[in-house]
Amino acid sequence: MNSFLSLIKRDLVLAYRGRGEAFNSLIFFGLVILLFPIGISASEKLLAEIAPGLIWIAALLATMVSLDNLFKEDFQDGTLEQWAVSPHSLISFAWARLLSHWIITSVPLIIIAPLFALSLNLPPEAIGVLILSLLLGTPLLTFIGGIGVALTTGLKKSSMLLPLLVLPFYIPVLIFGASAVDVAADGWSAAGQLYILAGLFVLGITLAPFAVATSLKVSVSQ
Amino acid sequence: MNIIIKWYYRLGAPLWFYPLAGKLIPWVTALFLLFLIPGLYMGLVTAPADYQQGESFRIMYVHVPAAWMSMLVYLVMAISAVVALVWRVRMAEIVIISSVPIGASFALIALLTGAFWGKPMWGAWWVWDARLTSELILLFIYLGILALYNAIEDKATSGKAMSILTLVGVVNLPIIHYSVVWWNTLHQAATVTAFDKPSIHIDMLIPLLLMATAFKFLFLLVLLLKMRANLIEQDIHSGWVKKIIQDKQKAEENKHD
Repeated sequence: MNSFLSLIKRDLVLAYRGRGEAFNSLIFFGLVILLFPIGISASEKLLAEIAPGLIWIAALLATMVSLDNLFKEDFQDGTLEQWAVSPHSLISFAWARLLSHWIITSVPLIIIAPLFALSLNLPPEAIGVLILSLLLGTPLLTFIGGIGVALTTGLKKSSMLLPLLVLPFYIPVLIFGASAVDVAADGWSAAGQLYILAGLFVLGITLAPFAVATSLKVSVSQ
Repeated sequence: MNIIIKWYYRLGAPLWFYPLAGKLIPWVTALFLLFLIPGLYMGLVTAPADYQQGESFRIMYVHVPAAWMSMLVYLVMAISAVVALVWRVRMAEIVIISSVPIGASFALIALLTGAFWGKPMWGAWWVWDARLTSELILLFIYLGILALYNAIEDKATSGKAMSILTLVGVVNLPIIHYSVVWWNTLHQAATVTAFDKPSIHIDMLIPLLLMATAFKFLFLLVLLLKMRANLIEQDIHSGWVKKIIQDKQKAEENKHD
């Protein structure tokens, strides 16, 4: 437990000193959203209609892109190997890395999301549900994505492989996240979608670290 | 020795498996043809035309078995993945990597024949129906597993990585399936799903079951062929491959004498 907390602390301090990573995924998030009004149409009515799905897709892509260096540094400088041979379990290492990564990249994104939502004319009533759905959904994206990253860590040409592995598994999160916001924007209760999202959240954060740890062990032994 | 342990060691031995698969192949081919020929004949000729869809329903005899097989192959892969990860049986990894392209092909066949069937029936090559969408996602998962296997050069590592991804897929496939079903019914009413489960006439059902059985033997046949090819490819420098080549050469020489 002690090593778990100190690992998170180390990551947060590193992120604070570096400060680049979190902003990069924020800028990416904003850019993807910017593309849609330009590419499709700037009509206010249309944008309001597609806003829930659009914000969710942007959040999904931003999470996926930020994942790429989740274990890369630890793998290259040998930290991962030290963890694998140390008495500490790789599962708690995976847990700590995923959690701190979520705090560094997704929390700023959730904080800024309402601003983008308003710029897309999403009804203000749906903002609360948007934040709640992102709070439940983005950890899930990080944890599922972590499996893909752990499997491809150590490969030289992995940049195109990661989305290929991870995107099909993101579909349920996208469906329930976007539809929760969609339903809330129409003035209905989004409880059903949020409950399912919460169920997936519990399932994801309990099972994914095992898969990540096993994959890391395979990657290290390579 | 315990019979299970005996089989465990034997199945792990390519030298034992390779000739056995070779002996099985003609039998499996015979069984495949035994079900395929009457299935095709009854399906394409003797089964009555559908009162609503006319003759074009006959594409069902390829479409439905292929769709079933695309899911069954994944199940086989999942079971093999458990065996590969828990008991470290290398042959189970060979089963997975040999099954992936077969499963992907079945999914592709189901999607293509579905499009050919959908055009005259629904007036569209593709609709974002729940079944179609989840079949497409299944195809992408197959392709992802294949891409992962090909990206890792060390085959012992890639076999393990592939097994993990296959198991992750097993947890996710039902979730994806039901989320897609729910996503679809939430937004648009089902227009054509009434014809998804027709109360099928017995003369139409028999060829369907024959074809479904034929497809299972087809899978087994291609699986055995691919497993043999994969084993040779991976173990090209090992002793048992050299022994098989020597045995072949000896047999050839004996023939000439």
